[in-house]
Amino acid sequence: MGKEKNMDEYWHANLRYVGILTSIWFIVSFGCGILLVEPLNSIQIGGFKLGFWFAQQGSIYVFVVLIFVYVWLMNRLDKKFDVHEG
Amino acid sequence: MDIQTWTYILVGLTFALYIGIAIWSRVGSTSDFYIAGSKVPPLANGMATAADWMSAASFISMAGLIAFMGYDGGVYLMGWTGGYVLLALLLAPYLRKFGKFTVPDFIGDRYYSNVARTVAVVCAIIVSFTYVAGQMRGVGVVFARFLEVPINMGVYIGMVIVFFYAVLGGMKGITYTQVAQYCILIFAYMVPAFFISFQLTGNVVPQLGFGSTLADGSGTFLLEKLNQLHQELGFAEYTSGTKSTIDVFAITLALMVGTAGLPHVIVRFFTVPKVRDARKSVGYALLFIAILYTTAPAIAAFARVNLIETVSNEQYDEVPAWFTNWEETGLLSFDDKDGDGKIQYVANEQQNELTIDQDIMVLANPEIANLPNWVIALVAAGGLAAALSTAAGLLLVISTSISHDLIKKQIMPEITEKVELVWARIAAGFAVVVAGYFGINPPGFVAATVALAFGLAAASFFPAILLGIFDKKMNRQGAITGMIVGIVLMLFYMIKYKLGGFGGGTEADWWFGISPEGFGTVAMIVNLVVAITISRFTADPPEDVQDLVEEIRYPGPAREITDQ
Repeated sequence: MGKEKNMDEYWHANLRYVGILTSIWFIVSFGCGILLVEPLNSIQIGGFKLGFWFAQQGSIYVFVVLIFVYVWLMNRLDKKFDVHEG
Repeated sequence: MDIQTWTYILVGLTFALYIGIAIWSRVGSTSDFYIAGSKVPPLANGMATAADWMSAASFISMAGLIAFMGYDGGVYLMGWTGGYVLLALLLAPYLRKFGKFTVPDFIGDRYYSNVARTVAVVCAIIVSFTYVAGQMRGVGVVFARFLEVPINMGVYIGMVIVFFYAVLGGMKGITYTQVAQYCILIFAYMVPAFFISFQLTGNVVPQLGFGSTLADGSGTFLLEKLNQLHQELGFAEYTSGTKSTIDVFAITLALMVGTAGLPHVIVRFFTVPKVRDARKSVGYALLFIAILYTTAPAIAAFARVNLIETVSNEQYDEVPAWFTNWEETGLLSFDDKDGDGKIQYVANEQQNELTIDQDIMVLANPEIANLPNWVIALVAAGGLAAALSTAAGLLLVISTSISHDLIKKQIMPEITEKVELVWARIAAGFAVVVAGYFGINPPGFVAATVALAFGLAAASFFPAILLGIFDKKMNRQGAITGMIVGIVLMLFYMIKYKLGGFGGGTEADWWFGISPEGFGTVAMIVNLVVAITISRFTADPPEDVQDLVEEIRYPGPAREITDQ
């Protein structure tokens, strides 16, 4: 019984991470790169209009970071709940 | 040395390398053949996935496509990278924990139904064949362009090479050749990019040069210059798009979800030893892909500026040699409509005198920028690496679907592993021949169906797998109906608006203003809604299936993959 409760906690922690990270995924690509591209384009950083930069560069960098953050969070969680592999 | 000699040397060396790897990695078990025995280190798998994923289209056509689309090109950049976030967070770790050989394995077991398995096999084969035909054609085209052999001859040479390492080494052979192919293709892509970025902006890193000022001392930003040029010639501003927001949104989402649902990508994460390796190796894969995908839009902008500055309003008889060379291939053509001997390159179709194929942007880039001959030859070797690596990955999915999902799991379950391996090799050989046939006689619908492949994967696999993991109560009635409704709806829309079937239709008739390329998003949502609704009104899945779902959610101690 105790173990089952533990497993539920593990799964809910995982779902929370997934929820937060996919929200960021959505915000940088669909938010900054598509829906908000016009207003963001009025901001200029170096030679880039910001909305354009998110669509063609920024969102890709964020995607890479998101995955490695998830890897780190889950490795920590696996250890905490003792479900890590060998 | 001239370009031809350099090309023969570099292409010859890379092919010798692929064959060497094939001989070193030949396999003797089905586990090795299908999933490289689940012994591939995450870093190597990341490189292999990147090569698997980046096709001839990514390498040769994408930058050119973006150069002509400007901001709208972002749909490909975000769409073909964002799917990896979904893979890492929602699919790959659980499928690795499930621990079988193929995607239809998961669908068939999770939905306790051979009907579901067969639907999945059919989807996997359709998706992979539409893709692979384009790859074999790509091999032929690169050969024809750089070595001046007929396109068909190029396809035959490509077939022989792929046949050799796919049939001999299976997934193990493919994995390690893909690692080598990634190194070759990324080097070939980056070297000209560094040179051109430095020439144009004084910054050697293309991602930074993209946002820098021009090196001509004017102090104008590259993108600003590009917008000015576009305005003068009547094109839409480079940094703004012409597609509607809802369509950009739908296409991007369909490509992302489609990417995450493609069987040849998913199966790569069955080849690593552990669940945590699966997560990590998706990260590596995207990192390696991102190097090319963040460079491509920079190359697109550089090439666009270079092209306009070199040819626009110039005397036709004074153009540089590369112009004439590429005219001979038919990828570039000039029609002096007003007879003034000058090249008018403008948005207005009545006045425009120059037609440019998008592929030229990458292929001719080294020549336009006056780079040394070996760099031009390198681009040829890189294009071949990109096409061959993707073709091999797809062929493996096809052969596994036939030998494992159909023959072993359904038609002849009593065969031994040795016999299954023979079937796997026969199926791989058969798939190479069929792919070669389509490469030589490309069906007219190929261009249309590559987009279909993503829509199809988005409308079928992705919801079925996602619900299989995250919704314990999802049952076979819901999943199968969802998949079938999703696919049929997607096919209907593509046939109607892309191929003119069912009475056809124009842009004005699109549902919600969404193009066929973006319709996968709608079909996916319909699949999800149908599947969830039906599952709530039918019996829950059996206990042991619910236990299976419970089990794949926790990494637990690593398990050897065995075939039962």
